[in-house]
Amino acid sequence: MIARARYRALETKAGLVGAPLRHGRIIGFTLPRVEAFAVSEHDHDHDEGSRFSEVELRVKALESLLVEKGLVNPQTLDKLIDTFETRLGPRNGARVVARAWVDPAYRQRLREDASAAISELGYSGMQGEHMVVVENTPQVHNVVVCTLCSCYPWPVLGLPPVWYKSNAYRSRAVIDPRGILKEFGVELSDDVEVRVWDSTSEVRYLVLPERPAGTERMNEQELAALVTRDSMIGTTKL
Amino acid sequence: MNGVHDMGGMHGFGPIQREADEPVFHYRWEARTFALRQASGALGKWNIDIARHANERTPPEEYLRATYYERWLAGLQRLLVENGLVTQAELASGKSERPAPPGLVAFPPESVDTAVRTGRNYRVDASVPSGFTVGARVTARNINPIGATRLPRYVRGKRGIVDRDYGVFVFPDANAARHGQKPQHLYNVRFSARELWGAQAAPKDSVCLDLWEDYLETA
Repeated sequence: MIARARYRALETKAGLVGAPLRHGRIIGFTLPRVEAFAVSEHDHDHDEGSRFSEVELRVKALESLLVEKGLVNPQTLDKLIDTFETRLGPRNGARVVARAWVDPAYRQRLREDASAAISELGYSGMQGEHMVVVENTPQVHNVVVCTLCSCYPWPVLGLPPVWYKSNAYRSRAVIDPRGILKEFGVELSDDVEVRVWDSTSEVRYLVLPERPAGTERMNEQELAALVTRDSMIGTTKL
Repeated sequence: MNGVHDMGGMHGFGPIQREADEPVFHYRWEARTFALRQASGALGKWNIDIARHANERTPPEEYLRATYYERWLAGLQRLLVENGLVTQAELASGKSERPAPPGLVAFPPESVDTAVRTGRNYRVDASVPSGFTVGARVTARNINPIGATRLPRYVRGKRGIVDRDYGVFVFPDANAARHGQKPQHLYNVRFSARELWGAQAAPKDSVCLDLWEDYLETA
Protein backbone atom coordinates (compact mmCIF):
# COMPACT_ATOMS: atom_id res chain seq x y z
CA MET A 1 0.00 0.00 0.00
CA ILE A 2 2.83 2.37 0.79
CA ALA A 3 4.34 1.55 -2.55
CA ARG A 4 1.10 2.28 -4.37
CA ALA A 5 0.64 5.62 -2.69
CA ARG A 6 4.18 6.63 -3.49
CA TYR A 7 3.77 5.44 -7.05
CA ARG A 8 0.63 7.47 -7.59
CA ALA A 9 2.36 10.57 -6.31
CA LEU A 10 5.18 10.09 -8.78
CA GLU A 11 2.80 9.36 -11.58
CA THR A 12 0.95 12.59 -10.95
CA LYS A 13 4.15 14.53 -10.82
CA ALA A 14 5.39 13.02 -14.05
CA GLY A 15 2.04 13.64 -15.69
CA LEU A 16 1.91 17.27 -14.66
CA VAL A 17 5.39 18.34 -15.54
CA GLY A 18 6.31 15.65 -18.04
CA ALA A 19 9.43 14.91 -16.05
CA PRO A 20 11.25 11.68 -16.68
CA LEU A 21 11.62 9.47 -13.62
CA ARG A 22 15.17 10.15 -12.64
CA HIS A 23 15.85 8.70 -9.25
CA GLY A 24 16.40 5.24 -8.00
CA ARG A 25 15.64 1.91 -9.54
CA ILE A 26 12.60 0.77 -11.40
CA ILE A 27 11.02 -2.20 -9.72
CA GLY A 28 8.69 -4.63 -11.39
CA PHE A 29 5.53 -5.08 -9.37
CA THR A 30 1.81 -5.18 -9.82
CA LEU A 31 -0.31 -2.12 -10.34
CA PRO A 32 -3.77 -2.02 -11.77
CA ARG A 33 -3.67 0.92 -14.11
CA VAL A 34 -0.32 1.95 -15.49
CA GLU A 35 2.42 -0.30 -16.84
CA ALA A 36 3.64 -2.10 -13.81
CA PHE A 37 6.65 -0.33 -12.45
CA ALA A 38 7.49 2.08 -9.72
CA VAL A 39 10.44 3.92 -8.39
CA SER A 40 12.14 2.88 -5.18
CA GLU A 41 14.36 5.47 -3.62
CA HIS A 42 15.68 4.97 -0.12
CA ASP A 43 13.03 3.03 1.68
CA HIS A 44 12.47 -0.66 1.52
CA ASP A 45 9.14 -2.15 0.59
CA HIS A 46 8.41 -5.73 1.57
CA ASP A 47 5.61 -6.26 -0.95
CA GLU A 48 7.83 -5.29 -3.83
CA GLY A 49 10.70 -7.33 -2.45
CA SER A 50 8.75 -10.54 -2.09
CA ARG A 51 7.13 -10.25 -5.49
CA PHE A 52 10.46 -9.57 -7.12
CA SER A 53 12.00 -12.57 -5.40
CA GLU A 54 9.16 -14.76 -6.56
CA VAL A 55 9.66 -14.02 -10.23
CA GLU A 56 13.41 -14.22 -9.83
CA LEU A 57 13.05 -17.68 -8.31
CA ARG A 58 10.73 -18.77 -11.12
CA VAL A 59 13.30 -17.74 -13.72
CA LYS A 60 16.13 -19.43 -11.83
CA ALA A 61 14.09 -22.64 -11.58
CA LEU A 62 13.25 -22.51 -15.27
CA GLU A 63 16.86 -21.98 -16.27
CA SER A 64 18.15 -24.84 -14.14
CA LEU A 65 15.40 -27.12 -15.48
CA LEU A 66 16.27 -26.33 -19.11
CA VAL A 67 19.97 -26.71 -18.44
CA GLU A 68 19.41 -30.05 -16.68
CA LYS A 69 17.43 -31.26 -19.71
CA GLY A 70 20.21 -30.19 -22.04
CA LEU A 71 17.96 -27.72 -23.86
CA VAL A 72 19.87 -24.60 -22.92
CA ASN A 73 23.55 -23.87 -22.39
CA PRO A 74 24.05 -21.23 -19.65
CA GLN A 75 27.07 -19.81 -21.48
CA THR A 76 24.81 -19.16 -24.46
CA LEU A 77 22.61 -17.07 -22.18
CA ASP A 78 25.64 -15.11 -20.92
CA LYS A 79 26.77 -14.48 -24.47
CA LEU A 80 23.31 -13.33 -25.57
CA ILE A 81 22.99 -10.93 -22.64
CA ASP A 82 26.45 -9.52 -23.24
CA THR A 83 25.64 -8.96 -26.91
CA PHE A 84 22.49 -7.01 -26.15
CA GLU A 85 24.00 -5.08 -23.26
CA THR A 86 27.22 -4.05 -24.97
CA ARG A 87 27.15 -4.45 -28.76
CA LEU A 88 23.70 -3.27 -29.77
CA GLY A 89 22.29 0.14 -28.99
CA PRO A 90 21.34 3.55 -30.38
CA ARG A 91 24.95 4.55 -31.01
CA ASN A 92 24.75 2.22 -34.03
CA GLY A 93 21.72 4.02 -35.44
CA ALA A 94 23.35 7.39 -34.73
CA ARG A 95 26.23 6.41 -37.02
CA VAL A 96 23.76 5.57 -39.79
CA VAL A 97 22.02 8.92 -39.38
CA ALA A 98 25.26 10.93 -39.34
CA ARG A 99 26.50 9.15 -42.45
CA ALA A 100 23.23 9.92 -44.23
CA TRP A 101 23.60 13.60 -43.30
CA VAL A 102 27.09 13.95 -44.74
CA ASP A 103 26.94 11.57 -47.69
CA PRO A 104 24.09 12.07 -50.20
CA ALA A 105 24.98 8.87 -52.05
CA TYR A 106 24.69 6.90 -48.79
CA ARG A 107 21.36 8.58 -48.08
CA GLN A 108 20.16 7.47 -51.49
CA ARG A 109 21.25 3.89 -50.80
CA LEU A 110 19.35 4.03 -47.49
CA ARG A 111 16.22 5.03 -49.39
CA GLU A 112 16.63 2.24 -51.92
CA ASP A 113 17.66 -0.64 -49.65
CA ALA A 114 18.06 0.35 -46.01
CA SER A 115 19.09 -3.14 -44.81
CA ALA A 116 22.00 -3.22 -47.27
CA ALA A 117 23.05 0.37 -46.56
CA ILE A 118 22.95 -0.20 -42.80
CA SER A 119 24.97 -3.39 -43.08
CA GLU A 120 27.69 -1.38 -44.86
CA LEU A 121 28.38 0.04 -41.38
CA GLY A 122 28.38 -3.43 -39.85
CA TYR A 123 24.85 -3.55 -38.41
CA SER A 124 22.51 -6.34 -39.42
CA GLY A 125 20.56 -9.29 -38.15
CA MET A 126 17.82 -10.16 -35.70
CA GLN A 127 14.88 -7.75 -35.74
CA GLY A 128 16.56 -5.69 -38.42
CA GLU A 129 16.32 -8.07 -41.34
CA HIS A 130 14.00 -5.86 -43.37
CA MET A 131 14.85 -2.25 -42.58
CA VAL A 132 13.10 0.83 -43.91
CA VAL A 133 14.34 4.36 -43.13
CA VAL A 134 11.74 7.12 -43.05
CA GLU A 135 13.00 10.68 -43.43
CA ASN A 136 11.77 13.65 -41.49
CA THR A 137 11.35 16.83 -43.52
CA PRO A 138 9.90 20.25 -42.72
CA GLN A 139 6.58 18.84 -44.01
CA VAL A 140 6.56 15.32 -42.51
CA HIS A 141 7.41 14.10 -39.01
CA ASN A 142 7.63 10.32 -38.57
CA VAL A 143 6.94 8.37 -35.37
CA VAL A 144 7.41 4.61 -34.94
CA VAL A 145 5.35 2.33 -32.69
CA CYS A 146 4.35 -1.31 -32.38
CA THR A 147 0.76 -1.35 -31.12
CA LEU A 148 0.54 -5.17 -31.04
CA CYS A 149 3.76 -6.02 -29.18
CA SER A 150 7.20 -4.39 -29.06
CA CYS A 151 8.77 -4.62 -32.55
CA TYR A 152 11.88 -2.45 -32.69
CA PRO A 153 15.02 -2.36 -34.90
CA TRP A 154 17.53 -4.14 -32.64
CA PRO A 155 20.69 -3.89 -34.78
CA VAL A 156 20.53 -0.08 -34.91
CA LEU A 157 18.74 0.81 -31.64
CA GLY A 158 19.27 -2.19 -29.35
CA LEU A 159 16.41 -3.34 -27.14
CA PRO A 160 13.59 -0.82 -26.65
CA PRO A 161 13.17 1.35 -23.54
CA VAL A 162 10.34 0.47 -21.15
CA TRP A 163 8.21 3.39 -22.32
CA TYR A 164 8.24 2.14 -25.93
CA LYS A 165 6.83 -1.21 -24.74
CA SER A 166 4.35 0.39 -22.34
CA ASN A 167 0.58 0.14 -22.68
CA ALA A 168 0.45 3.93 -22.69
CA TYR A 169 2.71 4.36 -25.72
CA ARG A 170 1.29 1.42 -27.66
CA SER A 171 -2.28 2.59 -27.20
CA ARG A 172 -1.78 6.32 -27.72
CA ALA A 173 0.82 6.61 -30.49
CA VAL A 174 -1.69 5.95 -33.29
CA ILE A 175 -4.60 8.01 -31.93
CA ASP A 176 -2.77 10.79 -30.09
CA PRO A 177 0.73 11.16 -31.55
CA ARG A 178 0.68 14.92 -31.06
CA GLY A 179 -0.17 14.48 -27.38
CA ILE A 180 2.80 12.16 -26.98
CA LEU A 181 5.09 14.51 -28.89
CA LYS A 182 4.02 17.31 -26.58
CA GLU A 183 4.97 15.19 -23.54
CA PHE A 184 8.38 14.72 -25.18
CA GLY A 185 8.64 18.49 -25.69
CA VAL A 186 7.79 18.66 -29.40
CA GLU A 187 4.97 20.86 -30.69
CA LEU A 188 4.19 20.73 -34.39
CA SER A 189 1.78 22.92 -36.34
CA ASP A 190 -1.13 21.36 -38.21
CA ASP A 191 0.73 22.13 -41.46
CA VAL A 192 3.17 19.34 -40.61
CA GLU A 193 1.97 15.81 -41.32
CA VAL A 194 2.60 13.50 -38.39
CA ARG A 195 3.04 10.07 -39.95
CA VAL A 196 2.89 7.17 -37.52
CA TRP A 197 4.39 3.81 -38.54
CA ASP A 198 2.77 0.87 -36.78
CA SER A 199 5.26 -2.03 -37.02
CA THR A 200 2.80 -4.81 -37.82
CA SER A 201 5.17 -6.95 -39.94
CA GLU A 202 8.84 -7.98 -39.86
CA VAL A 203 9.74 -4.67 -41.51
CA ARG A 204 11.51 -2.43 -39.00
CA TYR A 205 11.50 1.34 -39.22
CA LEU A 206 14.22 3.84 -38.35
CA VAL A 207 13.49 7.57 -38.41
CA LEU A 208 16.09 9.75 -40.09
CA PRO A 209 15.81 13.02 -38.15
CA GLU A 210 16.49 16.37 -39.80
CA ARG A 211 20.03 17.63 -39.42
CA PRO A 212 19.99 20.46 -36.90
CA ALA A 213 20.78 23.96 -38.11
CA GLY A 214 24.21 25.29 -37.28
CA THR A 215 25.99 21.94 -37.63
CA GLU A 216 27.51 22.62 -41.06
CA ARG A 217 31.07 22.57 -39.74
CA MET A 218 30.74 19.40 -37.71
CA ASN A 219 32.29 16.17 -38.90
CA GLU A 220 30.50 12.84 -39.05
CA GLN A 221 31.62 11.73 -35.61
CA GLU A 222 30.52 14.96 -33.97
CA LEU A 223 27.19 14.75 -35.74
CA ALA A 224 26.64 11.17 -34.56
CA ALA A 225 27.07 12.37 -30.97
CA LEU A 226 24.08 14.69 -31.45
CA VAL A 227 21.70 11.92 -32.50
CA THR A 228 19.48 10.58 -29.71
CA ARG A 229 17.59 7.31 -29.50
CA ASP A 230 14.24 9.07 -29.23
CA SER A 231 14.92 11.14 -32.37
CA MET A 232 15.31 7.85 -34.28
CA ILE A 233 11.99 6.58 -32.87
CA GLY A 234 10.49 9.93 -33.81
CA THR A 235 9.26 11.09 -30.40
CA THR A 236 11.75 13.96 -30.32
CA LYS A 237 13.39 16.33 -32.76
CA LEU A 238 17.03 17.38 -32.67
CA MET B 1 -7.49 -12.72 -31.88
CA ASN B 2 -9.30 -9.71 -30.43
CA GLY B 3 -6.97 -9.67 -27.46
CA VAL B 4 -5.92 -7.01 -25.00
CA HIS B 5 -2.51 -6.92 -26.74
CA ASP B 6 -4.23 -5.12 -29.65
CA MET B 7 -3.98 -1.75 -27.91
CA GLY B 8 -3.91 0.81 -30.69
CA GLY B 9 -6.41 3.59 -29.96
CA MET B 10 -7.30 2.56 -26.40
CA HIS B 11 -7.66 5.23 -23.74
CA GLY B 12 -6.85 5.27 -20.07
CA PHE B 13 -3.22 4.15 -19.77
CA GLY B 14 -1.99 7.60 -18.77
CA PRO B 15 1.11 9.59 -19.71
CA ILE B 16 4.31 8.08 -21.08
CA GLN B 17 6.64 7.27 -18.17
CA ARG B 18 10.24 7.85 -19.17
CA GLU B 19 13.39 6.96 -17.29
CA ALA B 20 16.69 8.76 -17.76
CA ASP B 21 19.79 6.61 -18.39
CA GLU B 22 17.71 3.47 -18.54
CA PRO B 23 19.68 0.22 -18.41
CA VAL B 24 19.10 -2.48 -21.07
CA PHE B 25 17.75 -4.78 -18.34
CA HIS B 26 16.64 -3.61 -14.90
CA TYR B 27 17.17 -7.00 -13.25
CA ARG B 28 19.17 -10.09 -13.97
CA TRP B 29 15.98 -12.16 -14.15
CA GLU B 30 14.81 -9.97 -17.02
CA ALA B 31 18.07 -10.54 -18.87
CA ARG B 32 17.91 -14.30 -18.16
CA THR B 33 14.29 -14.42 -19.36
CA PHE B 34 15.16 -12.62 -22.58
CA ALA B 35 18.11 -14.93 -23.21
CA LEU B 36 16.16 -18.09 -22.27
CA ARG B 37 13.54 -17.12 -24.79
CA GLN B 38 16.11 -16.64 -27.57
CA ALA B 39 18.01 -19.81 -26.71
CA SER B 40 14.81 -21.89 -26.48
CA GLY B 41 13.57 -20.45 -29.75
CA ALA B 42 16.80 -21.58 -31.42
CA LEU B 43 15.73 -25.21 -30.76
CA GLY B 44 13.46 -24.72 -33.75
CA LYS B 45 10.26 -26.01 -32.15
CA TRP B 46 8.32 -22.82 -32.90
CA ASN B 47 8.51 -19.80 -35.17
CA ILE B 48 8.31 -16.09 -34.39
CA ASP B 49 4.56 -15.89 -35.01
CA ILE B 50 3.83 -18.83 -32.70
CA ALA B 51 6.03 -17.15 -30.07
CA ARG B 52 4.22 -13.81 -30.34
CA HIS B 53 0.87 -15.50 -30.17
CA ALA B 54 1.94 -17.32 -26.99
CA ASN B 55 2.27 -13.91 -25.30
CA GLU B 56 -1.03 -12.72 -26.75
CA ARG B 57 -2.86 -15.71 -25.29
CA THR B 58 -2.04 -14.62 -21.75
CA PRO B 59 -5.46 -13.90 -20.17
CA PRO B 60 -6.19 -10.16 -20.34
CA GLU B 61 -6.25 -9.59 -16.57
CA GLU B 62 -2.88 -11.28 -16.24
CA TYR B 63 -1.46 -9.52 -19.32
CA LEU B 64 -2.32 -6.09 -17.93
CA ARG B 65 -0.99 -6.90 -14.47
CA ALA B 66 2.32 -8.25 -15.75
CA THR B 67 5.49 -6.32 -16.49
CA TYR B 68 6.99 -6.73 -19.94
CA TYR B 69 9.38 -9.57 -19.12
CA GLU B 70 6.76 -11.30 -16.98
CA ARG B 71 4.74 -11.52 -20.20
CA TRP B 72 7.76 -13.02 -21.94
CA LEU B 73 8.21 -15.50 -19.11
CA ALA B 74 4.56 -16.57 -19.17
CA GLY B 75 4.71 -16.95 -22.96
CA LEU B 76 7.93 -18.98 -22.78
CA GLN B 77 6.48 -21.37 -20.20
CA ARG B 78 3.43 -21.82 -22.42
CA LEU B 79 5.64 -22.56 -25.45
CA LEU B 80 7.78 -25.05 -23.56
CA VAL B 81 4.79 -26.99 -22.21
CA GLU B 82 2.78 -26.94 -25.44
CA ASN B 83 5.75 -28.17 -27.44
CA GLY B 84 6.43 -31.05 -25.07
CA LEU B 85 9.79 -29.79 -23.84
CA VAL B 86 8.79 -29.53 -20.19
CA THR B 87 5.73 -30.44 -18.14
CA GLN B 88 3.69 -28.28 -15.79
CA ALA B 89 4.93 -30.43 -12.90
CA GLU B 90 8.54 -29.79 -13.91
CA LEU B 91 7.89 -26.06 -14.13
CA ALA B 92 6.46 -26.15 -10.63
CA SER B 93 9.28 -28.21 -9.12
CA GLY B 94 12.19 -26.95 -11.24
CA LYS B 95 13.39 -30.58 -11.42
CA SER B 96 13.57 -32.70 -14.55
CA GLU B 97 11.27 -35.72 -14.37
CA ARG B 98 11.92 -37.10 -17.83
CA PRO B 99 14.51 -36.51 -20.55
CA ALA B 100 13.93 -33.94 -23.27
CA PRO B 101 12.71 -35.24 -26.63
CA PRO B 102 15.64 -36.77 -28.56
CA GLY B 103 17.49 -34.86 -31.25
CA LEU B 104 17.41 -31.44 -29.62
CA VAL B 105 20.76 -29.75 -29.12
CA ALA B 106 21.24 -26.71 -26.91
CA PHE B 107 22.24 -23.67 -28.93
CA PRO B 108 26.03 -23.27 -28.53
CA PRO B 109 27.57 -20.00 -27.26
CA GLU B 110 29.97 -19.82 -30.21
CA SER B 111 27.01 -19.52 -32.60
CA VAL B 112 25.36 -16.58 -30.83
CA ASP B 113 27.26 -13.86 -32.64
CA THR B 114 26.48 -15.19 -36.12
CA ALA B 115 22.85 -15.86 -35.25
CA VAL B 116 22.32 -12.33 -33.94
CA ARG B 117 24.16 -10.74 -36.88
CA THR B 118 22.38 -12.87 -39.47
CA GLY B 119 18.83 -13.01 -38.17
CA ARG B 120 16.19 -14.71 -40.25
CA ASN B 121 14.64 -14.01 -43.60
CA TYR B 122 10.90 -13.45 -43.61
CA ARG B 123 10.83 -12.61 -47.29
CA VAL B 124 9.86 -15.57 -49.45
CA ASP B 125 11.54 -16.18 -52.77
CA ALA B 126 8.36 -17.17 -54.59
CA SER B 127 6.51 -15.76 -57.51
CA VAL B 128 3.15 -14.69 -56.14
CA PRO B 129 0.97 -12.23 -58.06
CA SER B 130 0.13 -8.96 -56.34
CA GLY B 131 -3.50 -7.96 -56.14
CA PHE B 132 -2.85 -4.29 -55.57
CA THR B 133 -0.61 -1.69 -57.15
CA VAL B 134 1.00 1.26 -55.42
CA GLY B 135 -1.59 4.02 -55.24
CA ALA B 136 -4.54 1.62 -55.12
CA ARG B 137 -7.42 2.45 -52.79
CA VAL B 138 -8.02 -0.43 -50.44
CA THR B 139 -10.15 -1.34 -47.45
CA ALA B 140 -8.75 -3.33 -44.55
CA ARG B 141 -11.05 -6.31 -44.23
CA ASN B 142 -13.35 -6.58 -41.27
CA ILE B 143 -12.17 -9.98 -40.09
CA ASN B 144 -12.01 -11.28 -36.54
CA PRO B 145 -9.85 -14.39 -36.54
CA ILE B 146 -9.63 -16.34 -33.28
CA GLY B 147 -5.95 -17.12 -33.91
CA ALA B 148 -2.97 -14.82 -34.44
CA THR B 149 -3.29 -11.87 -36.77
CA ARG B 150 -1.30 -8.72 -37.41
CA LEU B 151 -4.34 -6.77 -38.56
CA PRO B 152 -5.14 -4.44 -35.64
CA ARG B 153 -8.77 -3.76 -34.82
CA TYR B 154 -8.42 -0.03 -35.28
CA VAL B 155 -7.95 -0.31 -39.08
CA ARG B 156 -10.54 -2.98 -39.84
CA GLY B 157 -13.15 -1.66 -42.24
CA LYS B 158 -11.12 1.53 -42.85
CA ARG B 159 -9.98 2.80 -46.24
CA GLY B 160 -6.39 3.58 -47.10
CA ILE B 161 -3.96 3.87 -49.99
CA VAL B 162 -1.22 1.40 -50.88
CA ASP B 163 2.00 3.33 -50.47
CA ARG B 164 4.59 0.58 -51.01
CA ASP B 165 4.74 -3.04 -52.12
CA TYR B 166 7.40 -4.78 -50.02
CA GLY B 167 7.27 -8.00 -52.03
CA VAL B 168 6.38 -11.52 -50.89
CA PHE B 169 6.53 -12.37 -47.19
CA VAL B 170 5.53 -15.15 -44.79
CA PHE B 171 1.90 -14.67 -43.74
CA PRO B 172 1.83 -14.62 -39.91
CA ASP B 173 -1.77 -15.79 -39.48
CA ALA B 174 -0.94 -19.07 -41.25
CA ASN B 175 2.57 -19.35 -39.82
CA ALA B 176 1.34 -19.00 -36.23
CA ALA B 177 -1.19 -21.78 -36.79
CA ARG B 178 1.46 -24.10 -38.35
CA HIS B 179 -0.45 -23.95 -41.63
CA GLY B 180 2.66 -23.20 -43.66
CA GLN B 181 3.96 -19.84 -44.80
CA LYS B 182 1.15 -18.96 -47.22
CA PRO B 183 3.52 -16.45 -48.88
CA GLN B 184 1.87 -13.31 -50.22
CA HIS B 185 2.52 -9.66 -50.92
CA LEU B 186 3.05 -7.34 -48.01
CA TYR B 187 2.10 -3.71 -48.54
CA ASN B 188 2.50 -0.54 -46.61
CA VAL B 189 -0.90 1.11 -46.48
CA ARG B 190 -1.45 4.69 -45.41
CA PHE B 191 -4.66 5.68 -43.62
CA SER B 192 -5.54 9.27 -42.90
CA ALA B 193 -5.89 9.95 -39.19
CA ARG B 194 -9.38 11.31 -39.86
CA GLU B 195 -10.44 8.07 -41.56
CA LEU B 196 -9.34 6.19 -38.44
CA TRP B 197 -10.37 8.58 -35.67
CA GLY B 198 -12.82 11.07 -37.13
CA ALA B 199 -12.88 14.84 -37.23
CA GLN B 200 -10.96 15.20 -33.95
CA ALA B 201 -7.74 14.12 -35.72
CA ALA B 202 -5.32 16.64 -37.26
CA PRO B 203 -6.17 17.06 -40.95
CA LYS B 204 -2.83 16.06 -42.46
CA ASP B 205 -1.84 13.26 -40.07
CA SER B 206 -1.69 9.64 -41.12
CA VAL B 207 -0.95 6.14 -39.84
CA CYS B 208 0.92 3.62 -41.97
CA LEU B 209 0.66 -0.13 -41.40
CA ASP B 210 2.25 -3.14 -43.05
CA LEU B 211 -0.66 -5.26 -44.27
CA TRP B 212 -0.69 -8.54 -46.18
CA GLU B 213 -2.73 -9.31 -49.29
CA ASP B 214 -5.28 -11.36 -47.32
CA TYR B 215 -6.05 -8.37 -45.08
CA LEU B 216 -7.10 -6.12 -47.98
CA GLU B 217 -9.85 -5.70 -50.52
CA THR B 218 -10.43 -3.11 -53.21
CA ALA B 219 -12.15 -0.03 -51.80
